[in-house]
Amino acid sequence: MSLAHEAPLSGWAEPFPGANYLRQTLAVAESDIRKLIHDPVELFTRMVQPVLWLLIFGQVFNRARAIPTGGISYLDFIAPGILAQSVLFGAIFYGISLIWERDLGIVQKFLVSPAPRSTLVLGRAISSTARSLCQMVFVYVIAALLHVQLRFGIFALAGVVAAVMLGSAIFSTFSLIVACLVKSRERFMGIGQVLTMPLFFASNAIYPLSLMPGWLRAVSRVNPLSYQVDALRTLMIMGGSSAFGIGHDFLMLLAAFAVVMAVATRLYPSIVT
Amino acid sequence: MENAPDATLNAIEVQSLTRRFGALVAVDHLNFSCASGATFGLLGPNGAGKSTLIKMLTTLLPPSEGTAKIAGYDLVQHPELVRGKIGYVSQMLSADGDLTGYENLLISAKLYGMPRAERARRIAQALEFMDLAHVSGKRVRQYSGGMIRRLEIAQSMLHRPAVLFMDEPSVGLDPSAKRSVWERIRELRREFGTTILMTTHDMEEADHLCEMVAVMHRGVLAALDTPAGLKAQVGAEATLDDVFIHFTGATISEGGELRDVARTRSTTQRLG
Ligand SMILES: Nc1ncnc2c1ncn2[C@@H]1O[C@H](COP(=O)(O)OP(=O)(O)O)[C@@H](O)[C@H]1O
Ligand SMILES: [Mg+2]
Repeated sequence: MSLAHEAPLSGWAEPFPGANYLRQTLAVAESDIRKLIHDPVELFTRMVQPVLWLLIFGQVFNRARAIPTGGISYLDFIAPGILAQSVLFGAIFYGISLIWERDLGIVQKFLVSPAPRSTLVLGRAISSTARSLCQMVFVYVIAALLHVQLRFGIFALAGVVAAVMLGSAIFSTFSLIVACLVKSRERFMGIGQVLTMPLFFASNAIYPLSLMPGWLRAVSRVNPLSYQVDALRTLMIMGGSSAFGIGHDFLMLLAAFAVVMAVATRLYPSIVT
Repeated sequence: MENAPDATLNAIEVQSLTRRFGALVAVDHLNFSCASGATFGLLGPNGAGKSTLIKMLTTLLPPSEGTAKIAGYDLVQHPELVRGKIGYVSQMLSADGDLTGYENLLISAKLYGMPRAERARRIAQALEFMDLAHVSGKRVRQYSGGMIRRLEIAQSMLHRPAVLFMDEPSVGLDPSAKRSVWERIRELRREFGTTILMTTHDMEEADHLCEMVAVMHRGVLAALDTPAGLKAQVGAEATLDDVFIHFTGATISEGGELRDVARTRSTTQRLG
Protein backbone atom coordinates (compact mmCIF):
# COMPACT_ATOMS: atom_id res chain seq x y z
CA MET A 1 0.00 0.00 0.00
CA SER A 2 1.11 3.55 -0.42
CA LEU A 3 1.67 6.09 2.29
CA ALA A 4 1.27 9.53 0.84
CA HIS A 5 3.59 12.30 1.92
CA GLU A 6 1.85 14.54 4.40
CA ALA A 7 2.15 17.93 5.97
CA PRO A 8 3.68 17.99 9.44
CA LEU A 9 1.37 18.27 12.42
CA SER A 10 2.28 21.85 13.23
CA GLY A 11 0.48 22.85 10.03
CA TRP A 12 -2.92 22.05 11.55
CA ALA A 13 -4.97 24.91 12.85
CA GLU A 14 -6.88 24.66 16.13
CA PRO A 15 -10.65 25.05 15.75
CA PHE A 16 -10.61 27.33 18.80
CA PRO A 17 -7.83 28.53 21.12
CA GLY A 18 -7.07 25.88 23.69
CA ALA A 19 -8.60 23.09 21.57
CA ASN A 20 -5.33 21.17 21.53
CA TYR A 21 -4.82 21.61 25.24
CA LEU A 22 -8.28 20.21 25.86
CA ARG A 23 -7.79 17.34 23.42
CA GLN A 24 -4.50 16.35 25.01
CA THR A 25 -5.87 16.57 28.54
CA LEU A 26 -8.88 14.45 27.65
CA ALA A 27 -6.66 11.94 25.81
CA VAL A 28 -4.73 11.32 29.03
CA ALA A 29 -7.98 10.86 30.94
CA GLU A 30 -9.46 8.70 28.19
CA SER A 31 -6.55 6.29 28.28
CA ASP A 32 -7.19 5.57 31.93
CA ILE A 33 -10.98 5.50 31.67
CA ARG A 34 -10.84 3.02 28.80
CA LYS A 35 -8.76 0.71 30.98
CA LEU A 36 -11.33 1.04 33.72
CA ILE A 37 -14.08 0.09 31.29
CA HIS A 38 -12.10 -2.95 30.12
CA ASP A 39 -11.57 -4.03 33.70
CA PRO A 40 -14.00 -2.47 36.20
CA VAL A 41 -13.29 -4.88 39.07
CA GLU A 42 -11.51 -2.12 40.97
CA LEU A 43 -14.69 -0.10 41.15
CA PHE A 44 -16.48 -2.92 42.94
CA THR A 45 -13.73 -3.62 45.45
CA ARG A 46 -13.87 0.04 46.41
CA MET A 47 -17.48 -0.38 47.48
CA VAL A 48 -16.71 -2.57 50.46
CA GLN A 49 -15.24 0.04 52.75
CA PRO A 50 -18.05 2.64 52.73
CA VAL A 51 -20.58 -0.14 53.32
CA LEU A 52 -18.72 -1.25 56.43
CA TRP A 53 -18.41 2.27 57.79
CA LEU A 54 -22.03 3.21 57.22
CA LEU A 55 -23.53 -0.13 58.15
CA ILE A 56 -21.47 -0.89 61.24
CA PHE A 57 -19.76 2.24 62.55
CA GLY A 58 -22.62 4.54 61.55
CA GLN A 59 -25.39 2.32 62.88
CA VAL A 60 -23.68 1.67 66.20
CA PHE A 61 -22.80 5.30 66.92
CA ASN A 62 -26.25 6.30 65.74
CA ARG A 63 -27.60 4.44 68.78
CA ALA A 64 -24.97 5.79 71.14
CA ARG A 65 -25.89 9.43 70.49
CA ALA A 66 -22.50 10.32 71.95
CA ILE A 67 -21.51 12.90 69.36
CA PRO A 68 -23.10 16.33 68.93
CA THR A 69 -24.22 16.52 65.31
CA GLY A 70 -26.24 19.73 65.18
CA GLY A 71 -29.72 18.27 65.24
CA ILE A 72 -29.35 15.50 62.64
CA SER A 73 -28.87 11.78 63.27
CA TYR A 74 -25.30 10.53 63.52
CA LEU A 75 -25.82 8.41 60.41
CA ASP A 76 -26.85 11.54 58.52
CA PHE A 77 -23.86 13.31 60.01
CA ILE A 78 -21.25 10.82 58.86
CA ALA A 79 -22.73 9.91 55.45
CA PRO A 80 -20.97 12.91 53.79
CA GLY A 81 -17.82 12.03 55.75
CA ILE A 82 -17.93 8.48 54.46
CA LEU A 83 -18.46 9.68 50.90
CA ALA A 84 -15.43 11.95 51.27
CA GLN A 85 -13.48 9.11 52.83
CA SER A 86 -14.28 6.74 50.01
CA VAL A 87 -13.15 9.38 47.51
CA LEU A 88 -9.98 10.02 49.54
CA PHE A 89 -9.05 6.34 49.83
CA GLY A 90 -9.69 5.86 46.13
CA ALA A 91 -7.56 8.82 45.13
CA ILE A 92 -4.68 8.65 47.59
CA PHE A 93 -3.20 5.49 46.04
CA TYR A 94 -3.76 6.67 42.50
CA GLY A 95 -0.12 7.72 42.12
CA ILE A 96 1.08 4.15 42.17
CA SER A 97 -0.31 3.74 38.66
CA LEU A 98 2.20 6.39 37.56
CA ILE A 99 5.08 4.36 39.00
CA TRP A 100 3.68 1.21 37.48
CA GLU A 101 3.29 2.81 34.06
CA ARG A 102 6.75 4.33 34.34
CA ASP A 103 8.15 0.84 34.88
CA LEU A 104 6.30 -0.36 31.77
CA GLY A 105 7.56 2.59 29.67
CA ILE A 106 4.09 4.06 29.15
CA VAL A 107 4.73 7.35 30.96
CA GLN A 108 7.80 7.90 28.80
CA LYS A 109 5.60 7.83 25.73
CA PHE A 110 3.43 10.60 27.12
CA LEU A 111 6.49 12.62 28.07
CA VAL A 112 8.12 12.55 24.63
CA SER A 113 4.92 13.91 23.09
CA PRO A 114 4.52 17.67 22.73
CA ALA A 115 1.54 17.64 25.14
CA PRO A 116 2.20 20.29 27.84
CA ARG A 117 3.18 18.64 31.12
CA SER A 118 0.17 20.17 32.84
CA THR A 119 -2.17 18.24 30.51
CA LEU A 120 -0.55 15.00 31.68
CA VAL A 121 -1.30 15.90 35.30
CA LEU A 122 -4.76 17.36 34.67
CA GLY A 123 -5.78 14.37 32.54
CA ARG A 124 -5.00 12.00 35.38
CA ALA A 125 -6.92 14.16 37.83
CA ILE A 126 -9.92 13.99 35.52
CA SER A 127 -9.81 10.22 35.25
CA SER A 128 -9.67 10.05 39.03
CA THR A 129 -12.79 12.20 39.23
CA ALA A 130 -14.57 9.76 36.92
CA ARG A 131 -13.87 7.00 39.41
CA SER A 132 -15.03 9.16 42.28
CA LEU A 133 -18.40 9.76 40.63
CA CYS A 134 -18.99 6.00 40.51
CA GLN A 135 -18.24 5.92 44.24
CA MET A 136 -20.64 8.79 44.81
CA VAL A 137 -23.50 6.92 43.13
CA PHE A 138 -22.73 3.88 45.21
CA VAL A 139 -22.58 5.74 48.53
CA TYR A 140 -25.91 7.41 47.69
CA VAL A 141 -27.50 4.01 47.11
CA ILE A 142 -26.28 2.63 50.44
CA ALA A 143 -27.19 5.83 52.27
CA ALA A 144 -30.68 5.80 50.78
CA LEU A 145 -31.15 2.16 51.84
CA LEU A 146 -30.16 3.14 55.38
CA HIS A 147 -32.72 5.98 55.31
CA VAL A 148 -30.18 8.77 55.42
CA GLN A 149 -32.08 12.03 54.80
CA LEU A 150 -30.55 12.82 51.39
CA ARG A 151 -31.21 15.97 49.39
CA PHE A 152 -32.05 15.37 45.73
CA GLY A 153 -32.48 18.92 44.42
CA ILE A 154 -30.65 19.56 41.18
CA PHE A 155 -28.40 22.29 42.62
CA ALA A 156 -27.63 20.29 45.71
CA LEU A 157 -26.65 17.29 43.57
CA ALA A 158 -24.55 19.46 41.27
CA GLY A 159 -22.79 20.85 44.33
CA VAL A 160 -22.09 17.35 45.64
CA VAL A 161 -20.71 16.32 42.25
CA ALA A 162 -18.44 19.36 42.24
CA ALA A 163 -17.18 18.75 45.78
CA VAL A 164 -16.59 15.05 45.11
CA MET A 165 -14.71 15.77 41.88
CA LEU A 166 -12.57 18.47 43.47
CA GLY A 167 -11.67 16.27 46.41
CA SER A 168 -10.74 13.43 44.11
CA ALA A 169 -8.68 15.73 41.87
CA ILE A 170 -6.83 17.18 44.87
CA PHE A 171 -5.94 13.89 46.52
CA SER A 172 -5.10 12.02 43.31
CA THR A 173 -2.79 14.84 42.25
CA PHE A 174 -1.28 14.90 45.72
CA SER A 175 -0.72 11.18 45.29
CA LEU A 176 1.04 11.87 41.98
CA ILE A 177 3.38 14.23 43.81
CA VAL A 178 4.19 11.53 46.35
CA ALA A 179 4.87 9.08 43.49
CA CYS A 180 7.26 11.53 41.83
CA LEU A 181 9.10 12.02 45.12
CA VAL A 182 9.44 8.39 46.25
CA LYS A 183 9.64 6.80 42.78
CA SER A 184 9.33 3.18 43.91
CA ARG A 185 6.23 1.10 44.51
CA GLU A 186 7.35 -0.18 47.88
CA ARG A 187 8.08 3.24 49.32
CA PHE A 188 4.90 4.61 47.81
CA MET A 189 2.75 1.96 49.48
CA GLY A 190 4.48 2.62 52.78
CA ILE A 191 3.90 6.36 52.60
CA GLY A 192 0.33 5.89 51.36
CA GLN A 193 -0.54 3.78 54.39
CA VAL A 194 1.01 6.33 56.71
CA LEU A 195 -0.84 9.28 55.15
CA THR A 196 -4.32 7.93 54.76
CA MET A 197 -5.51 7.57 58.32
CA PRO A 198 -4.11 10.89 59.63
CA LEU A 199 -5.77 12.70 56.71
CA PHE A 200 -9.03 11.03 57.58
CA PHE A 201 -8.93 11.47 61.34
CA ALA A 202 -7.56 15.01 61.19
CA SER A 203 -10.79 16.11 59.53
CA ASN A 204 -14.40 16.64 60.42
CA ALA A 205 -15.46 13.45 58.58
CA ILE A 206 -16.75 11.45 61.55
CA TYR A 207 -16.84 14.00 64.39
CA PRO A 208 -17.33 17.76 64.42
CA LEU A 209 -14.44 20.20 64.82
CA SER A 210 -15.88 21.26 68.16
CA LEU A 211 -14.93 17.91 69.72
CA MET A 212 -11.29 18.16 68.68
CA PRO A 213 -8.44 19.37 70.86
CA GLY A 214 -7.03 22.69 69.66
CA TRP A 215 -3.98 21.30 67.88
CA LEU A 216 -6.06 18.77 65.93
CA ARG A 217 -8.53 21.47 64.98
CA ALA A 218 -5.65 23.54 63.64
CA VAL A 219 -4.42 20.60 61.56
CA SER A 220 -7.89 19.87 60.24
CA ARG A 221 -8.25 23.50 59.14
CA VAL A 222 -5.43 22.99 56.61
CA ASN A 223 -6.73 19.60 55.53
CA PRO A 224 -8.69 19.93 52.27
CA LEU A 225 -10.78 16.95 53.33
CA SER A 226 -12.41 19.10 56.03
CA TYR A 227 -13.65 21.62 53.47
CA GLN A 228 -14.89 18.87 51.21
CA VAL A 229 -16.83 17.26 54.06
CA ASP A 230 -18.12 20.61 55.25
CA ALA A 231 -19.53 21.41 51.81
CA LEU A 232 -20.95 17.92 51.42
CA ARG A 233 -22.67 18.05 54.78
CA THR A 234 -24.92 20.90 53.77
CA LEU A 235 -25.30 19.89 50.11
CA MET A 236 -26.01 16.24 50.70
CA ILE A 237 -28.11 16.06 53.88
CA MET A 238 -31.47 17.57 54.73
CA GLY A 239 -30.94 19.82 57.73
CA GLY A 240 -27.17 19.47 57.45
CA SER A 241 -25.19 22.63 58.03
CA SER A 242 -21.83 23.98 56.99
CA ALA A 243 -19.41 25.29 59.61
CA PHE A 244 -17.27 27.41 57.29
CA GLY A 245 -19.77 28.50 54.65
CA ILE A 246 -20.01 26.76 51.34
CA GLY A 247 -18.34 29.55 49.35
CA HIS A 248 -15.35 29.39 51.65
CA ASP A 249 -15.26 25.60 51.29
CA PHE A 250 -15.08 25.69 47.51
CA LEU A 251 -12.54 28.49 47.54
CA MET A 252 -10.26 26.44 49.77
CA LEU A 253 -10.73 23.35 47.60
CA LEU A 254 -9.90 25.28 44.43
CA ALA A 255 -6.86 26.82 46.06
CA ALA A 256 -5.66 23.39 47.22
CA PHE A 257 -6.11 22.02 43.71
CA ALA A 258 -4.17 24.91 42.18
CA VAL A 259 -1.28 24.25 44.57
CA VAL A 260 -1.06 20.49 43.96
CA MET A 261 -1.44 21.01 40.19
CA ALA A 262 1.46 23.45 40.11
CA VAL A 263 3.71 21.21 42.18
CA ALA A 264 2.80 18.03 40.28
CA THR A 265 3.38 19.68 36.90
CA ARG A 266 6.84 20.64 38.10
CA LEU A 267 7.70 17.18 39.41
CA TYR A 268 6.02 14.95 36.83
CA PRO A 269 8.93 14.69 34.35
CA SER A 270 11.27 13.57 37.14
CA ILE A 271 9.38 10.29 37.51
CA VAL A 272 11.39 8.86 34.57
CA THR A 273 14.86 10.01 35.61
CA MET B 1 12.40 33.55 13.77
CA GLU B 2 15.40 32.51 15.83
CA ASN B 3 13.64 29.26 16.64
CA ALA B 4 13.02 28.32 13.03
CA PRO B 5 14.87 25.16 12.06
CA ASP B 6 17.34 25.35 9.20
CA ALA B 7 16.62 22.62 6.66
CA THR B 8 20.23 22.52 5.50
CA LEU B 9 21.45 21.46 8.94
CA ASN B 10 21.99 17.94 10.07
CA ALA B 11 18.91 16.34 11.60
CA ILE B 12 20.90 15.56 14.74
CA GLU B 13 23.92 17.45 16.03
CA VAL B 14 25.24 16.28 19.35
CA GLN B 15 27.51 18.75 21.11
CA SER B 16 29.59 17.65 24.05
CA LEU B 17 26.59 15.79 25.45
CA THR B 18 27.24 14.31 28.88
CA ARG B 19 25.26 12.52 31.54
CA ARG B 20 26.51 11.54 34.95
CA PHE B 21 24.86 9.28 37.49
CA GLY B 22 26.76 10.11 40.66
CA ALA B 23 30.36 9.28 39.93
CA LEU B 24 29.52 7.26 36.83
CA VAL B 25 29.81 9.09 33.49
CA ALA B 26 27.29 7.15 31.41
CA VAL B 27 27.63 9.43 28.37
CA ASP B 28 30.93 11.27 28.16
CA HIS B 29 31.17 14.48 26.10
CA LEU B 30 29.79 12.98 22.91
CA ASN B 31 30.06 14.82 19.60
CA PHE B 32 28.57 13.54 16.37
CA SER B 33 26.02 14.47 13.77
CA CYS B 34 23.58 12.69 11.55
CA ALA B 35 22.51 13.89 8.10
CA SER B 36 18.84 14.43 7.33
CA GLY B 37 17.23 11.26 6.02
CA ALA B 38 20.04 8.96 7.12
CA THR B 39 19.77 5.98 9.43
CA PHE B 40 22.36 6.11 12.15
CA GLY B 41 23.17 3.01 14.16
CA LEU B 42 24.61 3.12 17.63
CA LEU B 43 26.29 -0.14 18.44
CA GLY B 44 27.48 -1.15 21.83
CA PRO B 45 27.33 -3.69 24.64
CA ASN B 46 25.10 -3.36 27.66
CA GLY B 47 25.99 -0.43 29.83
CA ALA B 48 27.70 1.45 26.99
CA GLY B 49 25.36 4.40 27.50
CA LYS B 50 23.12 3.94 24.45
CA SER B 51 19.80 4.21 26.24
CA THR B 52 21.01 7.12 28.34
CA LEU B 53 21.97 8.95 25.14
CA ILE B 54 18.57 8.28 23.57
CA LYS B 55 16.74 9.37 26.72
CA MET B 56 18.58 12.68 26.60
CA LEU B 57 17.92 13.17 22.89
CA THR B 58 14.20 12.50 23.41
CA THR B 59 14.07 15.05 26.28
CA LEU B 60 13.30 12.41 28.91
CA LEU B 61 16.56 12.89 30.76
CA PRO B 62 18.20 16.29 31.26
CA PRO B 63 21.87 16.31 30.20
CA SER B 64 24.49 17.03 32.86
CA GLU B 65 26.45 18.99 30.30
CA GLY B 66 26.36 19.86 26.60
CA THR B 67 23.37 19.84 24.29
CA ALA B 68 22.14 18.68 20.92
CA LYS B 69 20.18 20.13 18.05
CA ILE B 70 17.34 17.95 16.81
CA ALA B 71 15.69 18.98 13.55
CA GLY B 72 17.23 22.40 14.14
CA TYR B 73 15.93 22.90 17.69
CA ASP B 74 18.10 23.04 20.75
CA LEU B 75 17.37 20.24 23.16
CA VAL B 76 18.10 22.17 26.32
CA GLN B 77 16.57 25.49 25.34
CA HIS B 78 13.47 24.28 23.50
CA PRO B 79 12.60 20.76 24.57
CA GLU B 80 8.93 21.37 23.78
CA LEU B 81 9.76 22.19 20.15
CA VAL B 82 12.00 19.14 19.89
CA ARG B 83 9.14 16.94 21.10
CA GLY B 84 6.95 18.01 18.22
CA LYS B 85 9.58 16.77 15.78
CA ILE B 86 10.52 13.38 17.17
CA GLY B 87 9.20 9.88 17.64
CA TYR B 88 10.45 7.38 20.20
CA VAL B 89 10.37 3.61 20.45
CA SER B 90 11.77 2.64 23.81
CA GLN B 91 13.88 -0.36 24.66
CA MET B 92 11.01 -1.86 26.65
CA LEU B 93 7.96 -3.27 24.95
CA SER B 94 5.88 -0.39 26.19
CA ALA B 95 2.62 -0.29 24.27
CA ASP B 96 -0.13 -0.24 26.88
CA GLY B 97 -1.14 -3.87 27.43
CA ASP B 98 -4.44 -2.90 29.06
CA LEU B 99 -5.61 -1.07 25.93
CA THR B 100 -6.30 -2.44 22.47
CA GLY B 101 -3.96 -1.79 19.56
CA TYR B 102 -6.45 0.67 18.15
CA GLU B 103 -6.76 2.48 21.48
CA ASN B 104 -2.99 2.81 21.81
CA LEU B 105 -2.88 4.53 18.43
CA LEU B 106 -5.94 6.65 19.19
CA ILE B 107 -4.50 8.06 22.42
CA SER B 108 -1.21 8.85 20.72
CA ALA B 109 -2.91 10.62 17.85
CA LYS B 110 -4.87 12.75 20.29
CA LEU B 111 -1.77 13.57 22.33
CA TYR B 112 -0.20 14.92 19.16
CA GLY B 113 -3.26 17.10 18.58
CA MET B 114 -4.36 15.34 15.43
CA PRO B 115 -7.84 16.32 14.20
CA ARG B 116 -10.51 13.62 14.05
CA ALA B 117 -10.63 12.91 10.31
CA GLU B 118 -6.86 12.82 10.00
CA ARG B 119 -6.69 10.55 13.02
CA ALA B 120 -9.10 8.00 11.62
CA ARG B 121 -7.32 7.89 8.28
CA ARG B 122 -3.82 7.55 9.68
CA ILE B 123 -4.77 4.95 12.26
CA ALA B 124 -6.53 2.77 9.71
CA GLN B 125 -3.57 3.12 7.38
CA ALA B 126 -1.05 2.34 10.10
CA LEU B 127 -2.94 -0.75 11.25
CA GLU B 128 -3.06 -2.08 7.73
CA PHE B 129 0.54 -1.24 6.96
CA MET B 130 1.75 -2.97 10.11
CA ASP B 131 -0.51 -5.95 9.45
CA LEU B 132 -2.38 -5.41 12.72
CA ALA B 133 -5.86 -4.56 11.40
CA HIS B 134 -7.22 -8.01 12.28
CA VAL B 135 -6.14 -7.68 15.94
CA SER B 136 -6.77 -3.96 16.41
CA GLY B 137 -9.67 -4.64 18.82
CA LYS B 138 -7.69 -7.06 20.97
CA ARG B 139 -5.86 -5.92 24.04
CA VAL B 140 -2.13 -5.56 23.47
CA ARG B 141 -1.25 -7.94 26.30
CA GLN B 142 -2.41 -10.71 23.96
CA TYR B 143 -0.01 -9.62 21.19
CA SER B 144 3.30 -11.31 20.37
CA GLY B 145 6.53 -9.35 20.83
CA GLY B 146 6.78 -8.69 17.10
CA MET B 147 3.23 -7.38 16.95
CA ILE B 148 3.85 -5.04 19.89
CA ARG B 149 6.98 -3.70 18.22
CA ARG B 150 5.16 -3.07 14.96
CA LEU B 151 2.40 -1.32 16.87
CA GLU B 152 4.91 0.86 18.70
CA ILE B 153 6.66 1.84 15.50
CA ALA B 154 3.29 2.75 13.97
CA GLN B 155 2.50 4.74 17.11
CA SER B 156 5.77 6.64 17.00
CA MET B 157 5.29 7.47 13.29
CA LEU B 158 1.63 8.60 13.38
CA HIS B 159 2.59 12.27 13.56
CA ARG B 160 5.30 11.82 10.89
CA PRO B 161 8.28 12.88 12.99
CA ALA B 162 11.36 14.30 11.31
CA VAL B 163 13.58 12.18 13.55
CA LEU B 164 12.74 8.76 14.94
CA PHE B 165 14.66 7.31 17.89
CA MET B 166 14.53 3.56 18.35
CA ASP B 167 16.21 1.85 21.28
CA GLU B 168 17.01 -1.74 20.30
CA PRO B 169 13.92 -2.13 18.13
CA SER B 170 14.25 -5.83 17.42
CA VAL B 171 15.82 -7.22 20.57
CA GLY B 172 14.06 -10.30 21.90
CA LEU B 173 12.21 -10.94 18.64
CA ASP B 174 12.46 -14.19 16.72
CA PRO B 175 14.20 -14.00 13.31
CA SER B 176 11.04 -13.74 11.24
CA ALA B 177 9.49 -11.09 13.50
CA LYS B 178 12.79 -9.24 13.29
CA ARG B 179 12.76 -9.28 9.49
CA SER B 180 9.20 -8.04 9.37
CA VAL B 181 10.14 -5.15 11.68
CA TRP B 182 13.18 -4.28 9.55
CA GLU B 183 11.10 -4.34 6.40
CA ARG B 184 8.62 -1.88 7.92
CA ILE B 185 11.35 0.43 9.13
CA ARG B 186 12.85 0.58 5.66
CA GLU B 187 9.49 1.19 4.06
CA LEU B 188 8.63 4.04 6.45
CA ARG B 189 11.97 5.67 5.89
CA ARG B 190 11.51 5.50 2.15
CA GLU B 191 7.99 6.95 2.34
CA PHE B 192 8.57 9.73 4.82
CA GLY B 193 12.28 10.48 4.55
CA THR B 194 12.54 10.09 8.32
CA THR B 195 15.94 10.41 9.93
CA ILE B 196 16.47 7.44 12.23
CA LEU B 197 18.80 7.02 15.15
CA MET B 198 18.71 3.50 16.49
CA THR B 199 20.69 1.56 19.02
CA THR B 200 21.37 -2.10 18.69
CA HIS B 201 23.74 -4.78 19.75
CA ASP B 202 22.78 -6.80 16.73
CA MET B 203 25.44 -6.62 14.01
CA GLU B 204 23.16 -7.94 11.34
CA GLU B 205 20.61 -5.28 12.14
CA ALA B 206 23.15 -2.48 11.86
CA ASP B 207 24.45 -3.90 8.59
CA HIS B 208 20.92 -4.17 7.26
CA LEU B 209 19.50 -0.78 8.15
CA CYS B 210 22.21 1.77 8.85
CA GLU B 211 24.19 4.05 6.58
CA MET B 212 26.38 5.21 9.43
CA VAL B 213 27.43 3.22 12.45
CA ALA B 214 29.04 4.42 15.65
CA VAL B 215 30.56 2.00 18.09
CA MET B 216 29.86 3.15 21.62
CA HIS B 217 31.78 1.88 24.60
CA ARG B 218 31.78 3.20 28.16
CA GLY B 219 30.09 6.45 27.22
CA VAL B 220 32.29 7.43 24.29
CA LEU B 221 32.34 6.67 20.56
CA ALA B 222 35.16 4.26 19.77
CA ALA B 223 34.55 4.46 16.02
CA LEU B 224 32.25 6.16 13.52
CA ASP B 225 31.96 5.26 9.85
CA THR B 226 29.83 3.51 7.25
CA PRO B 227 29.43 -0.22 7.91
CA ALA B 228 31.69 -0.93 4.93
CA GLY B 229 34.23 1.65 6.06
CA LEU B 230 34.40 0.14 9.51
CA LYS B 231 34.91 -3.33 8.13
CA ALA B 232 37.63 -2.04 5.84
CA GLN B 233 39.46 -0.54 8.81
CA VAL B 234 39.58 -3.88 10.52
CA GLY B 235 40.42 -6.14 7.59
CA ALA B 236 39.14 -7.39 4.28
CA GLU B 237 37.13 -10.32 5.62
CA ALA B 238 35.87 -8.58 8.74
CA THR B 239 32.29 -8.77 9.89
CA LEU B 240 30.72 -6.09 12.07
CA ASP B 241 31.26 -8.47 14.97
CA ASP B 242 34.98 -8.33 14.32
CA VAL B 243 34.71 -4.56 14.08
CA PHE B 244 33.10 -4.46 17.43
CA ILE B 245 35.74 -6.60 19.11
CA HIS B 246 38.42 -4.56 17.41
CA PHE B 247 37.19 -1.24 18.74
CA THR B 248 35.98 -2.18 22.17
CA GLY B 249 38.00 -5.23 23.09
CA ALA B 250 34.74 -6.74 24.18
CA THR B 251 32.35 -9.16 22.57
CA ILE B 252 28.99 -7.78 21.65
CA SER B 253 27.05 -10.19 23.82
CA GLU B 254 29.16 -9.46 26.90
CA GLY B 255 26.75 -9.17 29.75
CA GLY B 256 23.96 -9.31 27.23
CA GLU B 257 22.69 -12.76 27.98
CA LEU B 258 21.56 -12.16 31.51
CA ARG B 259 19.68 -9.03 30.59
CA ASP B 260 17.98 -10.66 27.63
CA VAL B 261 16.75 -13.46 29.81
CA ALA B 262 15.35 -10.92 32.24
CA ARG B 263 13.64 -9.03 29.47
CA THR B 264 12.18 -12.14 27.91
CA ARG B 265 10.77 -13.03 31.28
CA SER B 266 9.14 -9.66 31.79
CA THR B 267 7.75 -9.75 28.27
CA THR B 268 6.27 -13.15 28.91
CA GLN B 269 4.70 -11.81 32.06
CA ARG B 270 3.17 -8.91 30.26
CA LEU B 271 1.86 -11.13 27.52
CA GLY B 272 0.14 -13.17 30.18
N1 LIG C 1 18.91 6.09 36.27
C1 LIG C 1 20.17 5.62 36.41
N2 LIG C 1 20.81 5.74 37.60
C2 LIG C 1 22.07 5.29 37.75
N3 LIG C 1 22.79 4.70 36.79
C3 LIG C 1 22.21 4.54 35.58
C4 LIG C 1 20.87 4.99 35.33
N4 LIG C 1 20.56 4.71 34.04
C5 LIG C 1 21.65 4.11 33.52
N5 LIG C 1 22.65 4.01 34.44
C6 LIG C 1 24.01 3.43 34.20
O1 LIG C 1 24.55 4.06 33.08
C7 LIG C 1 25.26 3.14 32.27
C8 LIG C 1 24.70 3.16 30.86
O2 LIG C 1 23.42 2.57 30.87
P1 LIG C 1 22.52 2.50 29.56
O3 LIG C 1 22.48 3.82 28.94
O4 LIG C 1 21.23 1.87 29.92
O5 LIG C 1 23.37 1.49 28.65
P2 LIG C 1 22.94 0.67 27.36
O6 LIG C 1 21.61 1.16 26.91
O7 LIG C 1 24.01 0.93 26.37
O8 LIG C 1 22.90 -0.75 27.75
C9 LIG C 1 25.13 1.79 32.95
O9 LIG C 1 26.29 1.59 33.72
C10 LIG C 1 23.92 1.97 33.83
O10 LIG C 1 24.01 1.14 34.97
MG1 LIG D 1 19.87 0.17 26.57
